[in-house]
This record gives sequence, C-alpha cells and structure tokens, in this order.
Amino acid sequence: MTNNWTDIRNADVVVIMGGNAAEAHPCGFKWVTEAKAHNNAKLIVVDPRFTRSAAVADFYCPIRPGTDIAFLGGVINYLLSNDKIHKEYVANYTNASYIVRAGYKFDPEEGLFSGYDPKTRSYDRTEWEYEIGPDGYAVRDTTLSNPRCVYQLLKQHYSRYTPELVSSVTGSPKDKFLKVCDYIATTANGERSMTFMYALGWTQHSHGSQNIRTAAMIQLLLGNIGVPGGGINALRGHSNVQGYTDIGILAHLIPGYLGMPRDTEANFATYLGKRNFKPLQPNQVSYWQNYNKFMVSFLKAMYGENAKPENDYGFDWFPKIDVVYDHLRQFELMHQGKVNGYICQGFNPLFSTPNKRKIIAALSKLKFLVSIDPLETETAHFWENHGDYNNVDPTKIQTEVFMLPSTCFAEDEGSLTNSSRALIWHWQGSSPPGEAKTDIDILADLFLRIRALYQKEGGKVPEPILNTDWSYKNPKEPTPEELLRELNGRALTDLVDANGNVARKAGQQLSSFGELRDDGSTMSANWLYTGSFTEAGNIAASRDNSDPSGKGVYPKWGYAWPANRRLLYNRASADPNGKPWSAHKAYIEWNGTRWVGADVPDYGATLAPDRNAGPFIMNPEGVSRLFARKLMAEGPFPEHYEPFESPVENAFHPKMASNPAARVFKGDMEMFGKPKEFPYVGTTYRLTEHFHFWTKHNAINSVLQPQQFVEISEELAKEKGITDGGWVKVTSNRGWVKAKAVVTKRIGKLMCGNKPVHVVGVPLHWGFIGVARKGYAANELTPYVGDANTQAPEYKAFLVDIEPISGPVA
Amino acid sequence: MNIAFSRRQFLVGAGAGMAGTTLGALGFGDVESAYAQAIRPYKLAQTMEARNTCPYCSVSCGMILYSRDDKARSGKRELIHIEGDPDHPVNRGTLCPKGAAALDFVRAKTRVPYPMHRKPGSNKLERVSWDFAMDRIAKLMKEDRDQNFIATNGAGVTVNRWVTTGFLGGCAATNEAGWLTYKFVRSLGLVQVDNQARI
Repeated sequence: MTNNWTDIRNADVVVIMGGNAAEAHPCGFKWVTEAKAHNNAKLIVVDPRFTRSAAVADFYCPIRPGTDIAFLGGVINYLLSNDKIHKEYVANYTNASYIVRAGYKFDPEEGLFSGYDPKTRSYDRTEWEYEIGPDGYAVRDTTLSNPRCVYQLLKQHYSRYTPELVSSVTGSPKDKFLKVCDYIATTANGERSMTFMYALGWTQHSHGSQNIRTAAMIQLLLGNIGVPGGGINALRGHSNVQGYTDIGILAHLIPGYLGMPRDTEANFATYLGKRNFKPLQPNQVSYWQNYNKFMVSFLKAMYGENAKPENDYGFDWFPKIDVVYDHLRQFELMHQGKVNGYICQGFNPLFSTPNKRKIIAALSKLKFLVSIDPLETETAHFWENHGDYNNVDPTKIQTEVFMLPSTCFAEDEGSLTNSSRALIWHWQGSSPPGEAKTDIDILADLFLRIRALYQKEGGKVPEPILNTDWSYKNPKEPTPEELLRELNGRALTDLVDANGNVARKAGQQLSSFGELRDDGSTMSANWLYTGSFTEAGNIAASRDNSDPSGKGVYPKWGYAWPANRRLLYNRASADPNGKPWSAHKAYIEWNGTRWVGADVPDYGATLAPDRNAGPFIMNPEGVSRLFARKLMAEGPFPEHYEPFESPVENAFHPKMASNPAARVFKGDMEMFGKPKEFPYVGTTYRLTEHFHFWTKHNAINSVLQPQQFVEISEELAKEKGITDGGWVKVTSNRGWVKAKAVVTKRIGKLMCGNKPVHVVGVPLHWGFIGVARKGYAANELTPYVGDANTQAPEYKAFLVDIEPISGPVA
Repeated sequence: MNIAFSRRQFLVGAGAGMAGTTLGALGFGDVESAYAQAIRPYKLAQTMEARNTCPYCSVSCGMILYSRDDKARSGKRELIHIEGDPDHPVNRGTLCPKGAAALDFVRAKTRVPYPMHRKPGSNKLERVSWDFAMDRIAKLMKEDRDQNFIATNGAGVTVNRWVTTGFLGGCAATNEAGWLTYKFVRSLGLVQVDNQARI
C-alpha cells in the first residue's frame, strides 16, 4: 500500500476493484465502513460478481473479467475530456510535461507500440524514453502543448477509449460506467481524496501490472497520491507476503528491492554502474543514488568479515542470473526434466500453480521434494492416489519426498510486515506440537550439515558456502532477535561524521538507512528495515497505539518502512510551495525551516520548497510517471488486451488480441481453449470462511463451507438445464472439476456489444487433504500464462464449458 | 507485555471473594461452600496471554493467544483460546471467520507430527528421525549441487549459480525466518527462488 489500513477512514471516495475486501479482508474493510459513517465517503465497487463489498456499496457496476484496462482507460479519457484533473499536481508532480523521443509510437490498428519483435514476443524499448537535452537533462514543455509531451500523447492514446467502446468491451452498462466516472471525478481538486483498494483480482491477469498502473495513473491525474485517504492500495494475501517481498525471496531480488546481478554484469563496478540513477532534472534527490551503500551493507550482512573491499565484498560468490527463474519458469523447467530437487517452505504449489496436470507431471520428474510445513499439503502427497481428485500411480513416481513439521504463528516469535508496510512483532503463545521446529531452526540445521559436508569432503565451488557469515550465538538456533538486528544493521567500525566526530560507535545498531556506507563500515541485510531494531531496542515490538494527529497514523505502533513513514509520497499532500492543497487534506507542510505534520515527511526534512526537488524522491525525475518509460514489458501506456482465453475478439484491435509481450512456453500456447468449445468465462475467487488451502484442515471453517461449489447466473442455469444444488462438470482445455452448482443473482449476464457473456465463478478452497469434503483443485482449469512483468498467473479470466451431471453415488 | 497472567484472573478471584462474603453474611455457610464448588472456574483464569498476529491475510490482525500448562506434556504450553487484540489499531479486537477459528488450524489433525519420508515408488510416508531426514536432504542437495553447479558461463563470467534445485518461500513465516532463508538459498547459489507474492 502507498497508504495504510487506518488511513482509509480519511477517504471521500473508495473504489474497490480487483478485490473484495468485505469478504477477503473483513477486519481491514472496517475502515471503509468508518469512512462511510464518519467522513460521508461513497463506496464504489466494480466487479464481475455482486460481492459482499458490493452489497454495502453506494454504487455497483458489473464488469467482464479481464477488461479492467478498458474500463480504467475509459476513466482516463473521461477525466481528460471533461477537464476533471488536478492541473497543478499533474503539471508539477508528474512527467506530463516531458518530451518523448521521436521514435516512440503506438499503432492503434496493429495494437502494438514501436519496437516489437514477434519472434521473441518482446519489445526493443530504446525509444520509449525522454528526449535528453544538451545539458544532460530530460527536455520538458511546461505548457503541456508540445504534441510529443507525455500529456498530449496520453490524451491521444486514451481518446480511443470512448464510453461506447468501453461499454461494449467490458459489458459494463454505459450509464453505470459514466456514473463511476462521475464519482471518481469528484476528487480532482485537492479537497477530496479517493483510494483504490485492489488485490488478486487485478494482479492475476496476463496484463495484471498494467491494470494497477492504469489505476495509479488515474490517481496521479486526480492528485490522489501522497494524500490522506488516497493512494493505490494493494490489500495483499498472506500475513507476511509483504515481508517476504521486502526481503527479496523472489527470483530477481536482493533484500530492499535491489536487483540480482545478471550475466551481463561481469563485475561489481559494472553492476553498480548500471544502477547510478543520475538525476534527469537539476536539484533532484534521486534517492537510489545511495544504491552502493545499500548493496555493500547487504554483502557485509551476507559474508561478514569475509566481505572486503579487495574482493568486492564477496560479489563474485553471490549468484548471477541469466533469466528470471520465476515459479512458472521453475515448473516449466521441472516439466522438461531439468530440475532435480525442490523445497517448499509453507507452500502448496500443486494447488497454487496453473494447470495441475502439468504440475503433477513436473513433480513426478523430481529426484527429491521437501515440504517444510505445519500442515500436510497436497504437494507433499502429490504421488498419492485420491481417485478423480488426484489420479496418479504411486509405483510410477520415483520422487523421494520429505515432510518436515514446522511451527505455525502461535508457536514462534518474530515480526510480520502487513500490507501497510508495518513490521509488527509477535510473541510465542504455545509450545510446538510433536517434533515441530521453527523454519529458522530447520534451515540453520540444514545449512550447517551441508557446510560440514563441504568442509569434510570438499566439492564444487565451496567458497560461497564457507564464506557466508553464520556467527550466531548458537549457530543451530539463531534467535529472531539476532536476525532482526541483522536486518536492521549495525556499525562495524566507529562511524565518523563530516566534522570528524564519532557519530556511531562500532557495534552499535543503526537507527536510519541514512547512516549506511559503501566502504564496508556498516552492515544491514535490508536497508528498508533499518530503524526496526535500533539502540533503543526492538521498534517492531513497540505497542503504543496513540494517534496524536487524529489522522489514523499510529506512528508508534510497530515500525513502518521506509523510515517509519506511514503514508508514502506524502510531500505531494502539499503544493509546490509546501502548503497543504486543502485544510481537509493537510498532512505535512513546510513551516519555513522544516517539514512538519502528522507523519515522517517523505522528503528531506529541511529541504526547502524553493529548491524545486520533486516529491517523488526515488525517481531520477523527481516526479511520478504517467508514461512508464522502458519499465513495463508491454508498453509505456497501458493498452487493453484480452485475456489469452477470451469469449470475444479484441474490439480495439482485432489483429492483436492478447498481451503481445506475455511469455508463453512451448506447448502452453496450444493448450489455450477457444470460445467455440469453451464459451463461458471462468474466474477463481476466495470465500470469507476460508483461507487458500489451509482452512479446509480446520473443523469450524469446514463446517461453515464444507463443500466445493461453482457459482452461475440464473440465465445460464436455465440455458444449460442446471438446478440450484445440482451437480455440474466444469471443463477447460486443460482439465475439469465436478462440483455442486450455486445458482445466484450475484452473477449476471453481461452484454458485450451484441454478445451475451456468462461468467462461471470457481471458489478455490478444496482439495484432497484435510477435514472438509474432498474437492478438486481449481487450478485443474487455469491456463499456464502469467503477467508479462511479474508472471502472476491468469487466474481471473479463462474459458470453460459447464454441463449438468448426475451426482456421485452417496 | 508479551506474556502475563490474564487480567481476568484478578477479576475472577475478586468476584468469587465477593460472592462468598455476601452469602456468608446472610448465614448460608454450608450453601456457600456447595455453591462455590458448583461454579466452574472461568476457563481463561489460569491462562497465560501472548500477543500475536493472525496468520491469514495481510491485514495481519492482532490476536491474544491464551495457553495453559499442557496436561499431556509436562513443561509445555497448550493453546486453548484465541481472541482479537482490542489494543491493535487496525482490527480493534475484531476477527473474521477465518481468524476467529484459527485455534482449529493450530490444533488441526493434519498437522505434521514428526519428520516423514516417502521412498521412491512407495505408497506411503513413514516416520523418520530429524537426523535421518536432515542428513539425507543435505546429501541429496550436495550431490545435485556438485553435479550441476555452474561456476562460469560460456563467456567466462563467474556466475556461481545452481539451477537444478528450487526453493519456494512461504509468506506466513516471519521476517527473521525470511532473512535466514535468503541467506541459505543465495549462499548455496540457488536462483530458482520465489514466494507467494509471485502468485
């Protein structure tokens, strides 16, 4: 989230789209209720289903799954055509005035940006960039009239997104679409703010990242980023998915959003040189210029005393990547027989990866599989025959499987980072059952055994293992406190300031990432977490729930990264002179000598407004980006592409139906179904009574929602002869599930032009292990394709057929 | 702050004393003791409290966990009740149908009780010791790493990666477990590393 849960109460308009907070995040949704009750906020819900969020909304608009960019692009067109933008914000805080290179263009007939290569399904993005002037800075036209400036290109790009076309593509009735535009436009003034709340309904598409970008662009046009009650807010799915992302347990990351070194970066100097973040305008902060300090401090955390200037702090020991080994690529390689071992830590990929048949085949080719989990997962039992639910022959599967019992939340202590970016410590409340151990103890034990083997027997390139710092008091059982101290970081030698005084003594915990250095005199595993465990103690464990400003900031509850800042980009809540846009939205302001207000300023504390440094201090431009430059795989402006399986052709450009830059592996392209055989849109979702595949292990949740079902409209039920509570078989080109039908008014027929489109809702919580009734993996049905940027799978829009069947014999 | 005797223990004790005094004063001495025995002690009176966080979605609601001495296992604590933490500014004591039933997750019959192992082609998982499991996994990992580790690429650049074993991280583990996980995987050279954020 740019903002945070309790800040939602400051919103004047709340748009829930691509999520269903009332059911999936019920206790966070209370802040929407607060905003409605005490701030007269209006709740707008745009969703294929009339969800419980929709049930309490002021306005609901249906939408066909996978057409969010068409809808949101239409909103952009509405705002620009009706002059409903926050002009001063757009002119000063976005790249609207930047001139784009002459080689950039978009061809609306072909549906392609310049630079496309169909062979590699990727773009040469060189021209998606600013004109650079002779002074080395980006060229601007602050009048916004140059036809090559971002503002004019934006206007041109979205002029095609007329209400008529939007309505025929999305199936949202035109009057309802325009009503949503009206609500959104009421916040274009600095007096009122709007928040976007989204979750997997936006991410799980072949164009998921661009869904979110389009919403972020709307927020920038309205001036809703950096202000209380505004922002673009990812609700997120697991209690520590934010923390695991921050710590970089992802194929392309180093903690704190640093990048994995690539094969093309042969040495440390080249690696750092590619990340110099030279400002694109005079006077900009461009905070990533401190990259070297974060990276060297990370390598010191990784290799300790073995990381020295003369060995580039161990840079060569650290792995380089040739491609990003995201989970879809991992299972593709496994399917090709190129993976021998696999470790799942609290992860059930058999059920959470697309196309279950492919995953079964892939897992069957492994030599060994390790599941570290509190629960018995389907993945750990993938080789076991469960009839139709998992029809395999164990004798033919040669994979050696280990199931290691780990503790759960109640039995360990440590910090979790919530979607508000706040680290909150928790304490152990129970003893582990049986022989369960913490994830920390399991991995420490395994590491020490592997290291001992290398010490004893030698082996291939043992140096990275032998040089890793493992200087914990008890190496077999590092304590959570020791590890959070490492994440925070400490001084390794006395740190001397510019005046020659010792600012920090050797061995002391650091209090801010501003203290980090690139000469090996500091260590910190994750610069964003510096401040969470200081000389003052464990800040993540602080539990002062006071809210001095009354704006829902709670500055002493845990520790929010970065720098305990609760609302990102908050400098933008004030105008270029440092004065709040309005009294209603005042948050931080310039008092003549420094920035003061409810929160830690997202800006230099004493950086005067007349220095003209932009509020988006991480960007070399100092401003936010309506035009994404080279950073997105499929284009600098989001464009509507159909899901890879769609019931209709792409009305914007029939020649280019789906995301031209999405990666599709050989064999998976052939597995996409066609609307002739699979005429209905399938979409997966969650229920308020269940959490993924965990709660089917729980008695109470399994009583509340005991059995798998699919949800269809009354019209479709009538058409197909399906009765409420009757059995159905739902089939995609990859597999099928059998379940009971819930016939409901919650899903309606959509009219896309003259074509009626029906949606089949597939809740995903059942499986073949646990106490709930056995059910099928929803991912029997889903296609093996991900978002072009993140590779999040396309679970929210695919094609299925549905037919009534006779039920199983009781 | 983290673990303390329940505030209710104090209230229950005080309440029982009050009732005894009132009945005693009215001359019902025998009734009083019979009545006192009939009252089932308040179940949270003998518990320890720990502040914790709901394991499910990223609202990460505050919880209070109540545990008592485990009668079956000496020296261990058994979780008997969970409720929302009223001090937590986000959830303010509330829990949803998932969080309110989280006790069932902790006590699920399908918790893995001890390390288990399935031999190739076998139809069952069998109990093994931690030592057996960890030695065997360490050996399998080292064998694979030694056979397939890539020290330099075709262009002669040092790349030090191991592509034939993968690791998926679980997003319900703590940041501290996450950092140790990170150190573990990159130290070995693993690059097939991802977590639920990708999904």
